[in-house]
Amino acid sequence: MKKYVFTSLTFLSLLLVSCSSGPDLKPVIENYADIAHAGYQDALTDAENLQQAVNNFTESPSDSTLQAAKEAWLTSRETYGRTEAFRFYGGPIDDEDGPEAQLNAWPLDESYIDYVVEPANGDMESEGTNIINSPEEFPEINKEMIASLNEQGGETNVSSGYHAVEFLLWGQDLSDGPGGGERPYTDYVTGPEGTFEHQERRAKYLNETAALIVDDLQMLVNEWRPNDNNYRAFFTSEEELENSLERILNGVGKLSKGELAGERMFVSLDLRSKEDEHSCFSDNTHRDIVANAIGIRSVLTGTYTQPNGEVISGPSVLDVIAERNQQLAEEIGGTLDASVEASREIQAPFDQEILDREGRQRIMDTINILREQGDLIAEAAAEFGFTVDPDAI
Amino acid sequence: MKNKKITKIGTAVFILLLFAGFAYTFSHGLFDPLSEWREEAEQLSGGQTTVFNESVNAFGEAAPNLSGNKDLFFVTGNAFFKRNWVTAPASTEDLDGLGPLFNARSCSTCHNLDGRGSPPESPDEHPVDLLFRLTRPTPDSIRSRPDENYGGQFNHLSVLGVDPEGEVQVTYYEISGEYPDGTTYTLREPVYEFKNLKYGDFPDDIMISPRIAQHLVGLGLLEAIDEETLQSLSDPNDSDGDGISGKVNIVYNHETDQMEIGRFGWKANQPTVRQQTALAFREDIGITSALFPDELCAEFQNECTEARSGGEPELTEDILDRVTLYTEVIAVPARRNWNDSDVLKGKRAFHNIGCASCHIQKLETGVHPEHPELSNQTIYPYTDLLLHDMGEGLADHAPDAKATGTEWRTPPLWGIGLIETVSGHTYFLHDGRARNLEEAILWHGGEAEESREQFKELSKEERDNLIKFLNSL
Repeated sequence: MKKYVFTSLTFLSLLLVSCSSGPDLKPVIENYADIAHAGYQDALTDAENLQQAVNNFTESPSDSTLQAAKEAWLTSRETYGRTEAFRFYGGPIDDEDGPEAQLNAWPLDESYIDYVVEPANGDMESEGTNIINSPEEFPEINKEMIASLNEQGGETNVSSGYHAVEFLLWGQDLSDGPGGGERPYTDYVTGPEGTFEHQERRAKYLNETAALIVDDLQMLVNEWRPNDNNYRAFFTSEEELENSLERILNGVGKLSKGELAGERMFVSLDLRSKEDEHSCFSDNTHRDIVANAIGIRSVLTGTYTQPNGEVISGPSVLDVIAERNQQLAEEIGGTLDASVEASREIQAPFDQEILDREGRQRIMDTINILREQGDLIAEAAAEFGFTVDPDAI
Repeated sequence: MKNKKITKIGTAVFILLLFAGFAYTFSHGLFDPLSEWREEAEQLSGGQTTVFNESVNAFGEAAPNLSGNKDLFFVTGNAFFKRNWVTAPASTEDLDGLGPLFNARSCSTCHNLDGRGSPPESPDEHPVDLLFRLTRPTPDSIRSRPDENYGGQFNHLSVLGVDPEGEVQVTYYEISGEYPDGTTYTLREPVYEFKNLKYGDFPDDIMISPRIAQHLVGLGLLEAIDEETLQSLSDPNDSDGDGISGKVNIVYNHETDQMEIGRFGWKANQPTVRQQTALAFREDIGITSALFPDELCAEFQNECTEARSGGEPELTEDILDRVTLYTEVIAVPARRNWNDSDVLKGKRAFHNIGCASCHIQKLETGVHPEHPELSNQTIYPYTDLLLHDMGEGLADHAPDAKATGTEWRTPPLWGIGLIETVSGHTYFLHDGRARNLEEAILWHGGEAEESREQFKELSKEERDNLIKFLNSL
């Protein structure tokens, strides 16, 4: 009798344990960490290629080396954009010391960095007052100096990162209609052919900014590397598994609704604001949106396709959601594909698309799917007892 | 024998009934000494616009009853509230025109998460959330005017090519005090030293008023309170002899071109959320608007005057509309623990010692001109929006419209219990000198001196309960 009671108690407690923990979270969280690591590694590889192309360009400036650098920049945005799905929960990218603002700050304080055609300070003939043409105030241009601008007035940096490189390659966007910036390669040529003074300082700023991007991405790769004493070790530890699931859902929910659908898309749509878009110098904003949508899908489906064609795949967050609520998981699966498809329909350039009746509809359709997706992710989080507010970013 | 048994049963039944009766009366609060302090729906600080959020984002939600597309406009407003402005000219045309002189690049620099600013932690740190209004007396000594060299506000930042105005160092000295029960306390009084002044020394008669960023909940509700309601609360000559003489500030409305009741700011010097927003854009970030078209350059700041503008005006009406809507409809979070007996005891003390004479618990809103969602709400703001003499200890000696150098507006208390969660600190009062709510109470002087003395007379337990009550707001 005693033995019988004991056995049934054991059985009962086993049942309780299995009920409370559900499917094994460990491989799901590990798979997410694999994808984060690969995502940042790919972004790093592309950033190193960008750095190389930028160095080549400044060493021998020409139309073709400039074009090659621009192409490397466009490529680098594809892989970085996907990694934004790892934001919004205070992970390595955006904890208190995280480099997010240094990497991707926007809008860029362009006339603080370099000349713009209508210079500040009212003097139309000069190049204005900016870092590149103020050698007395900023004698040495290097990574440390650019990073230190971060501290100015306790504010986030608006002088570094991808958009600074973009500005230094494409130049100011003066167009009223379509078209981005049209900086000539001669901005980097010293001697009689050169345009706008301080070409060497401009080259230095460009090279050092690219180098800072590489440094920051290397740090992120290190934090997600397996078998190390790093953030990943904490994130995938047994006692953090539940919390990490909550972090993951927070990240994609907020990116989907608050950030992408809200701040990046609806704001431009609402105010029809010219150039109120992320990659305004290169007119690449439409790709930023697609890359974010793909990033969200990779995280939830646990499947990430690397640029070299290799696929990382494993037990997914969507599987875990399906264990609790099959229908909800299916709905989310639907919005993941629909949001990527809808975002691909948005035509470049984005600043013209927001003025066009059909274009506005295409943007609004994408916004609606992304908003719904954010709300569904919040519902999924609630199934686990988590509170995710996808609007709060 | 049988009778005895009947008596026993009768007694048992009687005792049972007695217990049931007690249980009933207790459960219905009939004998509860605190029941008169419970009030139905008092936890809904913002009436139907109240939200239930005690997270770090407690001040970040829109009123839940917004109609039409307003929830999306709220998103746009929030985006521009957080967005950094950049030097003009920039390809992001709608976002350029920072400065030339400024205190911050975005609204959220100081109102992070729509919360409350904090003073610097050390003398080496420059104040960011704390700014300084500068005025000079005029010969008639009724009005004041901006300084010729520094303008109406001290701006410690600037765009390249323009000198910033200088630096401020904040140091504190401690003042010790003691409760009648022997408990000691210390308060700290700030001293400001202006250094590295780039546009000459301050004139001797300059008046400096420090003001810290306030938390931004329920502003549209305060805007919707009828003028008559505020007038009825005021008693400028203390005709009822209670020692409290609240008065309305009367300020200029730049849109209607009329003098109106001031409601916003530490001295109630702004009549509407829209004007307050546009003014903050210009004074704090250096962004001009149709309402305030002139750059923030003082008469003799030539580089500033010559610097490139980001457009005339720099702030589009659309953006001002959205940011105004955003700040008007940020919802007030509901109270927590409002039914807790310690909290109710604290509330009783709050009323008994006279705090509620100025921190008016309950008001009705009238009709909001833009947002019917905010109209006819029963709200619990704990303010009368009136000016009161707060004594020498807190005085800035800088008159502002009808406000004298010792008068301040009663700040609303809704949401203050969540400041620590949202903003990560508990600094209070106009310059953040109080390190917690208790110190804030102890700084009250002038018309509030009597209440402060009564607070000190309370027992430790009663004082703690009062703080618990404040933290439930």
